Amino acid sequence: MSTRLTGFGRLIDRSKPLRFTFDGKWMRGHPGDTLASALLANDQMLVGRSFKYHRPRGIVASGAEEPNALVNLGKGGRFEPNQRATTTELFEGLRAESQNRWPSLDFDIGSVNTYLARFLPAGFYYKMFIHPRPFWKHVYEPFIRQSAGLGRAPKDRDGDTYEHFHTHADVLVIGGGVAGLQAAKAAADTGARVFVLEQTAHWGGRAPVDARDEDRIAGQGAADWVAATVAELEAMPNVTLRLRCMGAGVYDHGYVLAYERLRDHAPDATGPRHRLWRIRAKQIISATGAIERPLSFAGNDIPGVMLASAVRDYVVNYAVSPGDRTVIATNNDDAYLTAIVLKKAGLDVPRIVDARAQGGGALMEAAKALGIRVDTGRAIAKVKGGKRVTKVQICAQAGEGGVLDEIACDAVAMSGGWSPVVHLWSHCGGKLFWDDAQAMFRPDAAHPPTGADGQGFVTCAGAASGALDMAHVLEDAHAAGLAAGKAAGGKAKRTKAPETTARADAPIEPVWLMPQGAKVELRTKTWLDFQNDVKVSDVQLAAQEGFESVEHAKRYTTLGMATDQGKLSNINGLAILSDALGQPIPQTGTTTFRPPYTPISMGAIGGEARGVVFQPIRRTPIHGWHEAHGADWEPVGQWRRPYAFPRKGESVHDAVMREVKNTREALGLLDASTLGKLIVKGPDAGKFLDMLYTNMMSTLPVGKCRYGLMCTENGFLTDDGVVARIDEDTFLCHTTTGGADRIHAHMEEWLQTEWWDWKVYVANVTEQFAQVAVVGPNARKVLEKLGGMDVRAEALPFMAWADGRIGDFDARVYRISFSGELSYEIAVRASQGLAFWEALMEAGAEFGAMPYGTEALHIMRAEKGFIMIGDETDGTVIPQDLGLDWAISKKKADYIGKRGQERAHMTDPGRWKLVGLETVDGSVLPDGAYAVGEGLNANGQRVTIGRVTSTYFSPTLGRGIAMGLVKHGPDRMGEVIDFPGTDGKTYRAKIVDPVFHDKEGAKQNV
Amino acid sequence: MLILQCPCCGVMADETELAAGGEAHLKRFGPGSSDDDFESYLFNRVNPKGVHFERWRHAYGCGKWFHAARCTATLEVFGTYSAQVTEPPQEIRDKISARRPGWRWREFG
Amino acid sequence: MKRYSAFAIAREALRHHSGWDRAWASPEPKKKYDAIIIGAGGHGLATAYYLGKNHGIRNVAILEKGWLGGGNTGRNTTIIRSNYLQDPSAAIYEKSRSLYEDLSQDLNYNVMFSPRGVMMLAQTQHEIRGYKRTAHANALQGVATEFIGPEKVKELCPIINIDGPRYPVLGALWQPRGGTARHDAVAWGYARACSDMGMHVIQKCEVTGIRRDGGKVVGVDTTRGAIDCDKLGIVVAGHSGVLADMAGFRLPVESLCLQALVSEPIKPCMDVVVMANTVHGYMSQSDKGEMVIGGGTDGFNNYTQRGSFHHIEETVRALIETFPMISRLKMLRQWGGIVDMTGDRSPILSKTPVEGIFLNCGWGTGGFKAIPGSGWGFAELMATGHSALCAEFSLDRFRAGRFIDESVAAGVAH
Repeated sequence: MSTRLTGFGRLIDRSKPLRFTFDGKWMRGHPGDTLASALLANDQMLVGRSFKYHRPRGIVASGAEEPNALVNLGKGGRFEPNQRATTTELFEGLRAESQNRWPSLDFDIGSVNTYLARFLPAGFYYKMFIHPRPFWKHVYEPFIRQSAGLGRAPKDRDGDTYEHFHTHADVLVIGGGVAGLQAAKAAADTGARVFVLEQTAHWGGRAPVDARDEDRIAGQGAADWVAATVAELEAMPNVTLRLRCMGAGVYDHGYVLAYERLRDHAPDATGPRHRLWRIRAKQIISATGAIERPLSFAGNDIPGVMLASAVRDYVVNYAVSPGDRTVIATNNDDAYLTAIVLKKAGLDVPRIVDARAQGGGALMEAAKALGIRVDTGRAIAKVKGGKRVTKVQICAQAGEGGVLDEIACDAVAMSGGWSPVVHLWSHCGGKLFWDDAQAMFRPDAAHPPTGADGQGFVTCAGAASGALDMAHVLEDAHAAGLAAGKAAGGKAKRTKAPETTARADAPIEPVWLMPQGAKVELRTKTWLDFQNDVKVSDVQLAAQEGFESVEHAKRYTTLGMATDQGKLSNINGLAILSDALGQPIPQTGTTTFRPPYTPISMGAIGGEARGVVFQPIRRTPIHGWHEAHGADWEPVGQWRRPYAFPRKGESVHDAVMREVKNTREALGLLDASTLGKLIVKGPDAGKFLDMLYTNMMSTLPVGKCRYGLMCTENGFLTDDGVVARIDEDTFLCHTTTGGADRIHAHMEEWLQTEWWDWKVYVANVTEQFAQVAVVGPNARKVLEKLGGMDVRAEALPFMAWADGRIGDFDARVYRISFSGELSYEIAVRASQGLAFWEALMEAGAEFGAMPYGTEALHIMRAEKGFIMIGDETDGTVIPQDLGLDWAISKKKADYIGKRGQERAHMTDPGRWKLVGLETVDGSVLPDGAYAVGEGLNANGQRVTIGRVTSTYFSPTLGRGIAMGLVKHGPDRMGEVIDFPGTDGKTYRAKIVDPVFHDKEGAKQNV
Repeated sequence: MLILQCPCCGVMADETELAAGGEAHLKRFGPGSSDDDFESYLFNRVNPKGVHFERWRHAYGCGKWFHAARCTATLEVFGTYSAQVTEPPQEIRDKISARRPGWRWREFG
Repeated sequence: MKRYSAFAIAREALRHHSGWDRAWASPEPKKKYDAIIIGAGGHGLATAYYLGKNHGIRNVAILEKGWLGGGNTGRNTTIIRSNYLQDPSAAIYEKSRSLYEDLSQDLNYNVMFSPRGVMMLAQTQHEIRGYKRTAHANALQGVATEFIGPEKVKELCPIINIDGPRYPVLGALWQPRGGTARHDAVAWGYARACSDMGMHVIQKCEVTGIRRDGGKVVGVDTTRGAIDCDKLGIVVAGHSGVLADMAGFRLPVESLCLQALVSEPIKPCMDVVVMANTVHGYMSQSDKGEMVIGGGTDGFNNYTQRGSFHHIEETVRALIETFPMISRLKMLRQWGGIVDMTGDRSPILSKTPVEGIFLNCGWGTGGFKAIPGSGWGFAELMATGHSALCAEFSLDRFRAGRFIDESVAAGVAH
């Protein structure tokens, strides 16, 4: 059984108990425990079920590479699936629940799959479930989905908050082990600004566990050296240290994403749960260590089989023994450390099985001296057990697995060698090479990821670069730190790496399958990917079926696609694949390393911006008044505009009808502040606007307004609005609400990149002014009541503008109309907007003043046959389609879009043109309906001859009115055409003039 | 996540401050131009895998347009320069020739 | 070729699956083929398949510089839909969608087409109008879609937050027979079927030059030697510009990076595909349980298959707003693919200035869903010189200004 030991436990505080639950059962641990160590201390080796076969799964690792110990954590708004027990720090009251089992972890119905495993090899689903067709969606797929999927889906809204930080660093060191600390120290000594990240809660990495008794760094023990170096770095003003902060991804041009877990270990503290750091670093040192590889032998997935390094961690760091009797299996010297530690903890190590014929070096002798039996040239033939290891069978590594011996035990510690963590090196394209001697992929320093200057910007240091013993680690890290500091602009220093003790280890011997000639019965029980249930036989099947590329094999078998992304299994898998293909490992290569290094929360990625602050809200000066007066909002870009102002008990539709009627009969006020206002100024302003608009603007007299159209170079209508000439050199261009920023950018683009010698400036003053449309037969009355400037027709005729005072306000008044009524659009300083609006409402009360919203605006403009950008246009419509030829200057040699409009398709007489549409029965045409012609096209689709672009019920006319684009429309006045609805009805509409109301324009021009 | 130095204001601008504006040094063809020239101007793009000249705007900064010479295969930046030129300046060309020996130069405009 | 079935699996299980053949052969290139397809992605393989199946042209090689299905076919978010607005798009995507319905049976390979339904959320008045217009167009195009209200949205996808404070869901365009499929399986199924017809799928064979005799193509140079052909189909997505350069013409195409990401797998919680264009993100749940998420493209030309992180950030933020529960999931993996964007964002299926060279590219962000339809039409074009499905997607449309613009719903309002 696994239990808490009396000795060891450098990271836990035994004086304080913590209580937590696992599957509802109360358990105890200590501060400093991870959930995994606490579970083991409570003899909870079985922690989950695998993905495909629902096999029992135990804790394998002690860090981020753990594939099995994933739990549902917490509840309600703090619930989170797939939390790794090995990286979850224990806290009081933690609630964990095992995953992917039903009804319980011990008795899981899904484990029947394990008996069907023979029928469910790699890729089985591609070969079956083909017939009958509907069964995939309705029978097979729901079954597959339900049995896969691991953790539960969260149900509640996230109860935590998140934040983003930005920083710059000269040298970013990722990893706080001895390599990272030494590299940071060396870099900091050059004067560079250094930022150091460590993903766990502790500095020092593996060194405090893996250092041997005789090891000294600069004369100190490893743990003491770590403490002293951290203290030194903390005292340096140019160094920042962050614990619980993982380097998640390296992106181009030195951009690094770091994921800091602020409150996962203390959920009741205040503040954000996670912080996402966006770091720009000149140089990055990846001191991310190495991950131990499992060995591939039959039954290596049975709970109780663990990485040798993890067993060591649990004993030394947490005083937890994974088992009473642990068999060690290895192909290198490191696992002997585990044997020695276990023995020192008073636990039984019945056998060390070393696949190497010659066995190990000094450590082997040390283990033997402790009385541990070492079998060299031997292998594990098979591990026996169900939910826990019960015994192992021993065989010769060289053979097929004939059992030579059987040893009763409750744990197996395995070591297949180490793989440098090259993820961060590889994210941005760093290349790897295969080191035969150490049996590992290492960063190829000659081919680093390159930055904006084409030079490398990432260096690996220590174990991450393939240096495995302490002396090499420190030398490598020191050199990396110095070089990075210098490359980032620091001063070169002649410092040296600390002195360390030399070691006499025997070399590793690659062992990719145990025993090397394992029979198929063993290979089908030998796991590579523990979570996704990928076995040696699956990878071999993939190779047999032609999935020869490593990417094919990965995708076909799902090897390395689990939540550990192959940290544990990938190298073993591709060694098996290489062997099956009869090619060396480097020829097979690796799959692509992609960010993040380990999964990071979506909450952290999203950051603060959620709910009401998801995106900024732009507010007009009158926004608050609308809100207080019950506006029904419509989002328009980041603005919100009142759609209508429904009164108590009034429907939105009724409000719209009332607003139209009131504006046409009395007085309506519209907040038009969102309309874009661009000042175009300079001696060449007129010439410039002549190029931008289809009409001639340079001839516009000062004091006058002109409606203008703007096209893209493709000829398509992109914006419209009224241009006012302020003085000889100055124009004010109104744009649509959505167009303000876009058109401003459009103008700047042409001015800066094409006509840069033209003397023109553009300023966007949209937010500097509030603008109110005062509309209706009583419009002049209210202005005259407020007093001030002369607003009579003689002084301020239609399509003129003037500066002056209205009541107490400085105002610029435009006689323009988008409704067909007598209308003044009045701009005041933004700071005066609300006061001006309130003054109008107050003075207008006796004239029936009411606010109106965007829908009333739309209806009134449609009644007048005015087009709306975004309704009549959709990015494919040219002004000629809309009967706007009058607004296209024939005199100009050029304007943006003119050449585009000369192309064959644009001048095709068959283009759909704007007309009015009136239903035969007065009903409202459905939005977006198409008119049909005769027959079908070459692809069997109904032939269409037009479509509805705007459709409304007109309260003014008491019937449905619409505008549309119809083939040869203007030549077909009076014809009735059919619009099939999606409701099964066909709507019949007569083609009419698009101006429905006041065709002569008498009402606006008074 | 690119960083480009805005040649107008000198800021080392993060990509989030910038708006990409597509291929640089296109010659505008207006009324009177041939269908070939007009089509080529509006649509046909070099789209190289390698050295590329492109337009950017420091949209959330000084607002100015500028040019960048960049490798689309490695994202190496050879330099940024004024938007008010019709071909890359000699200094940028020299830098590219040094960094990419044998690069095949094309006609601009 | 051994047929795949549950019985075959049972039979093989008894002998530890030692009897399975290669899914596709690994032949040496011949001196000459009737037709060569460059690019063994979904579109290239589907083209070859229908050349053989529909037109009897089987002396075909499909050349792939890397591994088959390794481009955008294996990097997309697997969405299949045909609720397009414009007639030519609706025609080819609906042809494609309908071929997907029977593709597993046709190929004897389970591509796991799952018609679970696709909804595109309307979150502004403008989108409502745009999607109602699409629904009307679809009805006449023979594409089954409908505009549904927010209650139906919530019923079909309970994890959607329809009352968000900024962009409440006002409705959706719903295509009940849209869905997803297993992307790799599509490429593998076609490759296996092509190989079975005697075609040569040749991987790790990069085309380095295109050989012409006057205005006509005669073959290609490759890293495995020169190969002759009568007809050449270029079907290489993001690298179309590079191939066109070899053939001596320019394209209205730019290559950009499109990114996607997946969460860690969770139990089923979402049975439909949801696209939210106002906030810009889309999401579905894979059969493994991962939430598969996509967003927008980077704005600059890029061949690195690495995008910029702020796009991921914007997409995730948008989807947290739409699906608040994902805030507590974790991003497992992000990646990028190189998409080829044309001047009107619609594909090119066309003859080219060089006789015998045909071009299939420009699928931009929407290529996976089109694979069978594109292959069907493009094979017809290569075999006969004309295809109604492809006719409107010709290369000369840009010169005429005859755009097929699907972005009209994303236009501007007011």
